[in-house]
Amino acid sequence: MAHQPSSTAENAMHKSHGINVNEVTRVEGHGNIVINIKKGRIEELRLEIIESPRFFEAMLRGRRYDEAHHIMSRICGICAVSHTSASLKAIESAMGITISPQAMLLRKLAFCGETLQSHMLHLYFLVLPDFFGEGSIVPLMKSHRDMAAMGLGLKNLANEICAVVGGRHVHPISLVPGGVTHAPKRDELEKLRDRLAGSFKQLDRTLGLFSSFPVPEFRKDREFISLKARKGYAFYDGSPFSSKKDSIRPETYAKKIKEYAVPHSAAKHARTSRGTFMVGALARVNNNYSRLAPSAKKAAGRLGLKPLSTNPFMNNHAQIIECFHATEEAIGMITALLLTGPKPEGIGKPKGFGTGIGLVEAPRGTLYHEYAITKDGLVEKANCIIPTAQNLRSIEDDLRHYVPTILDRPKKEITAAVETLVRAYDPCISCATHIMNVKFV
Amino acid sequence: MLKSVPVAAKKPKLAFFSFTCCEGCQLMVLNCEEEFPGIIELVDIVNFREAMSLRSDDYDIAFVEGSISKKEEIKKLRAIRKNAKIVVALGACSSTGGLNCLKNRFPMEEVKKAVYGKDARHKPMDTIPARPIDSIVRVDHYIHGCPVTKEEFLSTLKAFLLGKTPDVPNHPVCVDCKMAGNICVFEKGLSCVGPVTRAGCKAVCVTYGCICWGCRGPVDDPNMNAHGETLERYGLTADGILKSFDLYGGYRIYKTGRPAGHDGPPAVLDGRKRHA
Ligand code: SF4
Ligand code: SF4
Ligand code: SF4
Repeated sequence: MAHQPSSTAENAMHKSHGINVNEVTRVEGHGNIVINIKKGRIEELRLEIIESPRFFEAMLRGRRYDEAHHIMSRICGICAVSHTSASLKAIESAMGITISPQAMLLRKLAFCGETLQSHMLHLYFLVLPDFFGEGSIVPLMKSHRDMAAMGLGLKNLANEICAVVGGRHVHPISLVPGGVTHAPKRDELEKLRDRLAGSFKQLDRTLGLFSSFPVPEFRKDREFISLKARKGYAFYDGSPFSSKKDSIRPETYAKKIKEYAVPHSAAKHARTSRGTFMVGALARVNNNYSRLAPSAKKAAGRLGLKPLSTNPFMNNHAQIIECFHATEEAIGMITALLLTGPKPEGIGKPKGFGTGIGLVEAPRGTLYHEYAITKDGLVEKANCIIPTAQNLRSIEDDLRHYVPTILDRPKKEITAAVETLVRAYDPCISCATHIMNVKFV
Repeated sequence: MLKSVPVAAKKPKLAFFSFTCCEGCQLMVLNCEEEFPGIIELVDIVNFREAMSLRSDDYDIAFVEGSISKKEEIKKLRAIRKNAKIVVALGACSSTGGLNCLKNRFPMEEVKKAVYGKDARHKPMDTIPARPIDSIVRVDHYIHGCPVTKEEFLSTLKAFLLGKTPDVPNHPVCVDCKMAGNICVFEKGLSCVGPVTRAGCKAVCVTYGCICWGCRGPVDDPNMNAHGETLERYGLTADGILKSFDLYGGYRIYKTGRPAGHDGPPAVLDGRKRHA
């Protein structure tokens, strides 16, 4: 099952390759991979981010506090709920705004919906075609009709959660500073709950499908950073935590995670004092393993994922495990919402001003928003640290370790393997610039 | 304009392109899960970077998402215009410039510094003020919204397949809003850009408890086509509302590169909140 590292090392020694993948496809956003191999040694390796920077920090300047989440949601269509949530948490903490328990449940429910939607999109649209040697899900809709339909169905259900809470699939409407402006109807929630309960069967089959594909063997000691909550699995709540056994205070996160500009990338890179680290589903499962819901823990067992798993290719499996967890959690939230209503309510008011931090676990990893709000309620300064930017250095590092182990393969296979590794990280380049083509030069 | 395009003849080839944006509009297309199997019977999708490895220069209809904010993007966009028979602007970023134009409020050097700090100097960045695609090439059809709605994407595609010209609504959101049975937010002391904004979204933001932010851009000729009833009742003018909401009107307002606040919003609207 596992790929054996090159046994013909000698052969590989003499290889020279120029690999250029221009605009890596099936990842979110635009990027290139450039690898230059001379006599079996990597002379040059870059993940070039060619996406145009959007300058969100500047876009926010001077805007009203109650517009910030609306603007920041537009950083990324796929993780709009995450950006909205991080933004709201930052605003609410800066202005001393509180939200009701019902609003909290609704926000967390939308969050589960987004995690499911993003993971399903990645697993079925972006990763699965690799396993079948296809360029997209489209041919699979004909050759593997049931399987493709299952993926589309699961994604549709996830989108429906976001629509019931937020008003539409992309860019939620009802999540605002101080709470949630819309109370879903009982029957909408009941229908969702039933559909979710029925979806475990498809999740089981998804797990079976993915566990039938070989996982390349690639172990490398690494630091995993994610949030960890006092109670429950960290999606919406929690404080930053490192697998190297220390917790990081939210206020010092931006200092601990040093972001720096590199010449070949429009997205900044990031490091801790220990160097490269990884964020995302695998980091969360590793750091929050004991908090997984029963069905998710069982899924982890079936997929053979135990903490600490250091193989980045296992990120796909971690996403499947999280799909089980998010489904169970969503059902729990709906049950709780149905107990008390849900009923229409007002929203919390600002009590002050100052700076605030919002941290959440976006599907691709820890997301950090920080704003300074003036006494007139205007955003004076904004800073965001985006998951993919935190992973870019790790992706480059992994490529540097991984490529030499597969140099004995034909160039086409190397290119495919490189793309597969990058894709396992589920990079979101539109987010990170505030990724991808493999280029072998 | 579209008469010359014989797309109904054979299985048309669709291509999707993405410039500066959040890719949320492409995602809305991917969210047509139920319709997808049917769509691929009727058309060939030859470019969809978010979901496909395939890339081709042979296509009939190009759906272009995102604003233009780099010189390099201008070149790419011109090539797309050359290859495609029909160019469709997909979403606010592409059709009006969208939220991206908020950065145009500041000089580019300052914007770079705000993001990259002292490293900005070392970044040879190819960045220009954000703009809609029709400031560069001719556009045959617009699908408005941030994001676009699934329904409008599907009905546009259907019209093209039937060889018809798709509709673009030109009535204000207030009309949709009344039909949805909403209470006007002006009554709750909020302000709203619905009276001058192009409808077609069923006023979904008001229905879900907020205001209309104007994402679909103004109706053609707002002074003629604004929702007079609402304007009159609350003592507003079309120009006043347009000026007070620059979230999505940025390209028009900030085209000149003047700094923010050069002709600030009228006080009556400025003091009003965005949420109850
Ligand atoms: S119009 Fe809105 S949803 Fe569409 S790409 Fe632009 S920012 Fe994203
Ligand atoms: S002003 Fe806004 S809330 Fe009032 S009717 Fe028009 S769209 Fe609806
Ligand atoms: S109500 Fe206004 S902001 Fe909301 S979708 Fe419609 S046009 Fe856009």
